[in-house]
Amino acid sequence: MLTTAPPGPAATRPPKKTAVRSDSTLGLLAKIVLLGLVDAFAVYVLITLFLQEKWVILLVGAAVTVLVNWIYLRRGGLPAKYLAPGIFFLVIFQVFVMLYSGYVAFTNYGDGHNSTKDDAVNAIQLSAQQRVPDSPAYRVSVLEADGEFSLLATDPDGGVSVGTTGVPLEEADDAVLDGTGKAVELEGYRTLQFGEVLANQEDILAITVPFSDDPEDGSLKTSDGSNAYVYRPSLSYDETTSTFTDLETGTTYSDTGEGSFRSADGEQLSTGWKINVGFDNFVKAFSDPNIRGPLLQVVLWTFTFAIVSVLSTFALGLFLANAFNLPDLRGKRIYRILMILPYAFPAFLAGLVWSGLLNPEFGFINNTFFGGADIPWLTDPLLAKISVLVVNLWLGFPYMFLVCTGALQSLPEEVDEAARMDGATGWRIFTAIKLPLLLVSVAPLLIASFAFNFNNFNVIYMLTDGGPRFSGTTANIGHTDILITMVYEIAFGTGVGRDYGLASALSIIIFIIVAVISAISFRQTKALEDIN
Amino acid sequence: MKVRSPQPTRRHALLTGVMSVAVLALTACGGGASDSSSASSSSAAPNLADGGATTLTMWVDAERAPALEEITKSFKEDTGIEVKLAVKDFAAVRDDFITQVPTGKGPDLIVGPHDWLGTFVQNGVVAPVELGDKASEFQESAIQAMTYDGSVYGVPYALENIALLRNTELVPEAAATFDEVIANGEAAVADGKATYPFLVGMDPKQGDPYHLYPLQTSMGVPVFGQNEDGSYNADELLLGEPNGVEFAKKLVEWGDTGSKVINSNITGDIAKEKFNAGESPYFLTGPWNVPDAQKAGLELAVDKLPTVGDEDAQPFIGVNGFFISSKSANALAANEFAVNYLSTEAAQDAMYDVGGRPPALKASFDKAASDPIVAAFGEIGANGVPMPALPEMQAVWADWGGTELALIKGDGDPAEAWTTMVSNIEAKIAAQ
Repeated sequence: MLTTAPPGPAATRPPKKTAVRSDSTLGLLAKIVLLGLVDAFAVYVLITLFLQEKWVILLVGAAVTVLVNWIYLRRGGLPAKYLAPGIFFLVIFQVFVMLYSGYVAFTNYGDGHNSTKDDAVNAIQLSAQQRVPDSPAYRVSVLEADGEFSLLATDPDGGVSVGTTGVPLEEADDAVLDGTGKAVELEGYRTLQFGEVLANQEDILAITVPFSDDPEDGSLKTSDGSNAYVYRPSLSYDETTSTFTDLETGTTYSDTGEGSFRSADGEQLSTGWKINVGFDNFVKAFSDPNIRGPLLQVVLWTFTFAIVSVLSTFALGLFLANAFNLPDLRGKRIYRILMILPYAFPAFLAGLVWSGLLNPEFGFINNTFFGGADIPWLTDPLLAKISVLVVNLWLGFPYMFLVCTGALQSLPEEVDEAARMDGATGWRIFTAIKLPLLLVSVAPLLIASFAFNFNNFNVIYMLTDGGPRFSGTTANIGHTDILITMVYEIAFGTGVGRDYGLASALSIIIFIIVAVISAISFRQTKALEDIN
Repeated sequence: MKVRSPQPTRRHALLTGVMSVAVLALTACGGGASDSSSASSSSAAPNLADGGATTLTMWVDAERAPALEEITKSFKEDTGIEVKLAVKDFAAVRDDFITQVPTGKGPDLIVGPHDWLGTFVQNGVVAPVELGDKASEFQESAIQAMTYDGSVYGVPYALENIALLRNTELVPEAAATFDEVIANGEAAVADGKATYPFLVGMDPKQGDPYHLYPLQTSMGVPVFGQNEDGSYNADELLLGEPNGVEFAKKLVEWGDTGSKVINSNITGDIAKEKFNAGESPYFLTGPWNVPDAQKAGLELAVDKLPTVGDEDAQPFIGVNGFFISSKSANALAANEFAVNYLSTEAAQDAMYDVGGRPPALKASFDKAASDPIVAAFGEIGANGVPMPALPEMQAVWADWGGTELALIKGDGDPAEAWTTMVSNIEAKIAAQ
């Protein structure tokens, strides 16, 4: 062994040491500052949670905060220090999202079932408050006495009366009027200014002054502190039986356990709430005729689309990577940059641009390349599929090009050389040596690319929106729909509004399909490694 | 703009997902009791700021935001209440509002077209407003559009509808029927003055039932039946009226395999470009395309919508308005702003001056109508019907548009295609 240099003089060591020490003081300082910031934020969140009385999340939050402090303040445990932030974000942005989708799949969350039952009851009660037809509009002032608020109302004829919740309107002739004839003050009360009205709006909005002793006459309410109208609810809610009763027709709407209020003859109040529905969404996923009808065709096309997309992008990417890997090619760098450009293009934008380019009459493709021929690129079932594949090839090959360039450059030159010495042709070197070596590192990426294309929503949605449509189904599903766009159509495009529960259930099913295929494929790639 | 809201893309769904996760992570819904929101401000707070009532948050999309900036400033000067405008993506704002109001993190107010109302009410996210005597100061159709299930839910500020734009250099005289329009257009083409007899933008995937609706109504085929009070009845789908098939046949006749008056390859952008280049005498569109046409130097006339059948050609009216969240913690201030402030003549004038959309308040509209274009659009709109706000409408658009597009392309038998469409829509509505 050659020793190129003698060991350094001992004098150089001490400064090094001090440098290390000052580094670690800096490090310690940075640690304290960062941890302090994290803790400050955590305390703020915990206080907010405490005020909102969200105990479970408060406990979890506190536990996480303690854990983070323990990880970073104790000595040793270096791996945990590196892993903690990643795991933290993984839990929030991946695990939580997945668990939440799982939870939604077992609910009826969607349009019409948007929130809790309390919210639904509130919203129905709000909407049920209707102004008594032809009743006068009152101008009101808000009064306060002993912490209780009253309404001082002036009717259009100038009559003045006062009242509050539970105390019917009674005349108040001695009120002080302002220039416009509106009563603004009353003895024994203090009149609230606008700012105070705002500050106490919750109580003031809740004031319900009975118009008379007869509840049928309705009650006076204000929504802005200066005008009041006589309202009479069209529905009344009975909390003990949890039913709404229509005060005009007498129809009862009761909670039937389906997340909405229904009358005996099936009529439903428009606002419902979120409930757990068990496996209903999964049952629906397998029994809905809209799904079953075109399912086989859609599944076949999804696999075709994903497999052909992977193979075509890989083939083109690999070819180009090989071509631009020639050592004596000039301007390689510029070519490579040009090749990668489509990769920098957002897929949904590309979909829109391509749908314009493929316009039969005005599109660039037909006008320039086909001499103005009227080729229906996106509306003929077969051509639409080809168009989708070509556009996806255009979008996808730069990624494969990048990956293959990297992998090719990492192959040892000696192998190449040895093969050439043995008299192998270029093609044989490629197929017998380079490709198998390449596949070891690239195969997992091909599987990932398959999983991505299996759910490649953007290209399909933006380019053809699944069209041209199948003739046999009720749902808006067509020849280029893949499973994920079909799910979108079924869950958001049929019935009345969006059904997040069904969408989540279907997504979980798709997830299982993709997971199984990927797992099997990954197992296969191990065999590739064994070859070498 | 088109009032029909585009469907959200997956990106939006993803964004909403990420956002709701963030919201959930921070506010932690589902953990504790439900009495969380009321705890904070129930005690009597004498000081304005202590009550937390000094700011309102309003969600608005980029297109409507400019009209509101001035008005919120003057509202702050008058009342001390600050209205924070949060500019959101139009395609996502409706769904975000629906998902976030229940968490308590939604805004106090939202600006949008009236046909969101059905979904809002279905999800319980908006509160009714009482306009009182002010209701009569608005155009009747505006109030009618803002009414759902018998309650008024929004304060309207602008109305929009389509009309037939005519390039007077190419065709000097207005026509009453669609046949005359076609004849005039074809004459202009035959004279070599124009390339296209008539233009209307078609979405390459969805067609455009919104723009073709006046032609359809003139044949007596509305979408839904209307109750006595003008509201729509979801149980009465009228697309299946006998004349529907006649309309379908007309679409084939006008379409790609017929006279090519309606061309499925002409998108909204292409139509606008061709019209502004003077290549067609007619363009069926809304006021949003007028400024650019004028900039292009065209001499424009706004014609009444041409009829095909014996009935009136009724366009859809889109009404823009302000909605108040059902869970607003500042409901009183929000009412003060929406009902008492934005309904004033000064406010509606100001919004028209900046935003350019015809005001919903009669007095302001009359002033704006000194512009003949606004007046003409308004006159046509007076004949229109509000776009149905029913949640069922969502099930209608895709089938309706897809079928019309197929007919325009000349695919399929019109009678069969139209009947299939009607039964598909009925099935979807029933599948609720």
